[in-house]
Amino acid sequence: MRGRGWGRPTRTRAADTPPTDSPRSDSRQSDSSDPPDSGRSDSRESAGRRSLTEQLGAHARAVRRRLGEGDLGPVPVLLALAVTWAVFQGLNPRFLSPRNLSVLSVDIVGTGIIAVGIVFVLLIGEIDLSVGSLAGLAGAVFASLNVNLGMPEWLAVLVAVACGAAAGCLHGFSFAKIGVPAFVVTLAGLLAWNGVMLYLLGTETSINFSETGLVATLTSRYFDTVVATYGVAALATAAYLLVSCRDRRRRAAAGMPYGPMTRIWVRTALLAVAAFTAVHVLRRFAGVPLALLIFLAVIVASDLFLRRTPYGRRVLALGGGPEAARRAGVDVTRVRIAVFMASGTLAAVGGLFVASRLTSASQVPGSGMLLINAIAAAVIGGTSLFGGRGSPWSALLGVLIIQSIASGMALLGVEPPIQFIVTGGVLYVAVVLDSLARRAAVARGRP
Amino acid sequence: MPVQPLLTLRGVSKRFAAVQALMDVELEISGGEVVALMGDNAAGKSTLVKVISGVGPADKGVMEWQGRAIQIRRPQDAHVLGIATVYQDLAMCDNLDVVGNLFLGREIHRLGVLDEVEMERRTRELLHTLSIRIPDVRVPVASLSGGQRQVVAITRSLLGEPRLLLLDEPTASLGVEQTGQLLDLIEELRDRGLGVLLISHNMGDIKAVADRVAVLRLGRNNGLFDVNTASQEQIISSITGAADNSVAQRTTHPEETWP
Repeated sequence: MRGRGWGRPTRTRAADTPPTDSPRSDSRQSDSSDPPDSGRSDSRESAGRRSLTEQLGAHARAVRRRLGEGDLGPVPVLLALAVTWAVFQGLNPRFLSPRNLSVLSVDIVGTGIIAVGIVFVLLIGEIDLSVGSLAGLAGAVFASLNVNLGMPEWLAVLVAVACGAAAGCLHGFSFAKIGVPAFVVTLAGLLAWNGVMLYLLGTETSINFSETGLVATLTSRYFDTVVATYGVAALATAAYLLVSCRDRRRRAAAGMPYGPMTRIWVRTALLAVAAFTAVHVLRRFAGVPLALLIFLAVIVASDLFLRRTPYGRRVLALGGGPEAARRAGVDVTRVRIAVFMASGTLAAVGGLFVASRLTSASQVPGSGMLLINAIAAAVIGGTSLFGGRGSPWSALLGVLIIQSIASGMALLGVEPPIQFIVTGGVLYVAVVLDSLARRAAVARGRP
Repeated sequence: MPVQPLLTLRGVSKRFAAVQALMDVELEISGGEVVALMGDNAAGKSTLVKVISGVGPADKGVMEWQGRAIQIRRPQDAHVLGIATVYQDLAMCDNLDVVGNLFLGREIHRLGVLDEVEMERRTRELLHTLSIRIPDVRVPVASLSGGQRQVVAITRSLLGEPRLLLLDEPTASLGVEQTGQLLDLIEELRDRGLGVLLISHNMGDIKAVADRVAVLRLGRNNGLFDVNTASQEQIISSITGAADNSVAQRTTHPEETWP
């Protein structure tokens, strides 16, 4: 009979050691009266062939638990997005037109990539206020090197991105190694990098660059061949299906419980519907924008990094408790510096997309709206301000909501003051929901 | 008992600003023995655990691992030696699931990609051999009860075949039955040749499993007792400082015997 209390850990692991029943442990045998099925439900034999009802029951329990914890994943955000789109479509039928959606899909990219960087920083429970200035700086560095000094575009792009990485590294170092609060370091960065940007732009206040060059292409290139559009959608769907099936097969082979095949099919179908609908709509205007594909690639890469690599696991661990992570052997300082570097790098990349959209480096990115929108996007998308909870996909969902509101109100001719109020209100609601979810978690969790 | 102790501490001191947390502490733990560490609040028990586990290295003092002088500056150093720790506050990342916490800092990966299946399989296997019931190893540990979290923390310490186990108040949030099971487990581990340092306030637990009792008082050694020969009163008076027995005198400085 297995499951006799956990005083017998050696059965499989140390089979070579002689029987070790000391009299004292025998005398306490009667205390350890676990139910005989203790540990059974997890055991190898039964795991593989749970009946369908049991699987459904387990699934329902999981859903109920997540409901109770306020952990609904992306559902509330998707609902909010649907409501936003429905309202604006009701007010102006041009809102969901292919043209407007196409413009929207390019407009979100700059802010969205910056928001992915913010997600990294929020995940470790910190904040980076310098991303807007770094985005502006990257644009200015690129334009001044390329236009004023005649440096080749690709090199200027690399230098601009490296500037972002270096600035992020500096912030991370000051925070992790010296111990200055991240809020203050990046606030100093916000000012200083904005100053550098203004200095580079000089008296002209903006530098226009080539409308046919590499950077301009980032947001002006559209794909509309069937292979490049539907092909990519099909490939993404197939990749998701294959990875899901492979995971499931491996779990089954290892004798562990695994989800029903129907769940994989449902998720694949949802993904396929979303991907093919998006491609279809975008093709009706100009095609699938290169910028959107790059944005999605950044998100998928970040998501895989966070969920599937040891480094990503450590980033999440820091958000759950830096001290616990440190004691588990995580090099906290290094992870923190790396996270701020990632944030700075992504801010620079996002800044190039913002510049690309305007085909000029200007003071616009440094004005603060970019920073506010990026942070708001991450939080509205469902990444917690308190660390440890979130996903790069929240950057996509959040920026879609923010940009949809902006675009919808622009279509309706709403004045900017009202736009600010509405966006602020949405951010407020998102933060309140985040805090409530956290409070629920604390109340339910241990003392 | 092996001739060579597993871990030897000599003259270990640690100071937090104005507070001398540890002063010339000596301690020896051999494989196959359970040493209980007792002391009143603020006696320096947890500080000593953190010194050994590398979380809060000592300011000075000598540490020897199987007779070889070593430095433990970081938690990783302790892991490499085979020192595993269950901290009083458990030190778990609330947002990670049970598997994630167990393998944090020593993830199994293939070509840089986490092997979640293998980690979960090993987690289940370990929980199973310890006959621990955790309803779902994929829930964040924040949603587990205090006892379950304690059990997970203990399980984590057993991952990767430790040689020396430091348990800081491991029975604090366990029920009577679970405590009995933990004490059984400690005996099993001792019989497998592990050294165990057990911090507890519970004299019953200590009488049940410990071989020796080391007492700290105000950051200094204040007695070393054989559980089988020392009386409970002796140990308690050494903890409270009321004792002035020969053992205490051996390691205690004169001014420390003042109440």
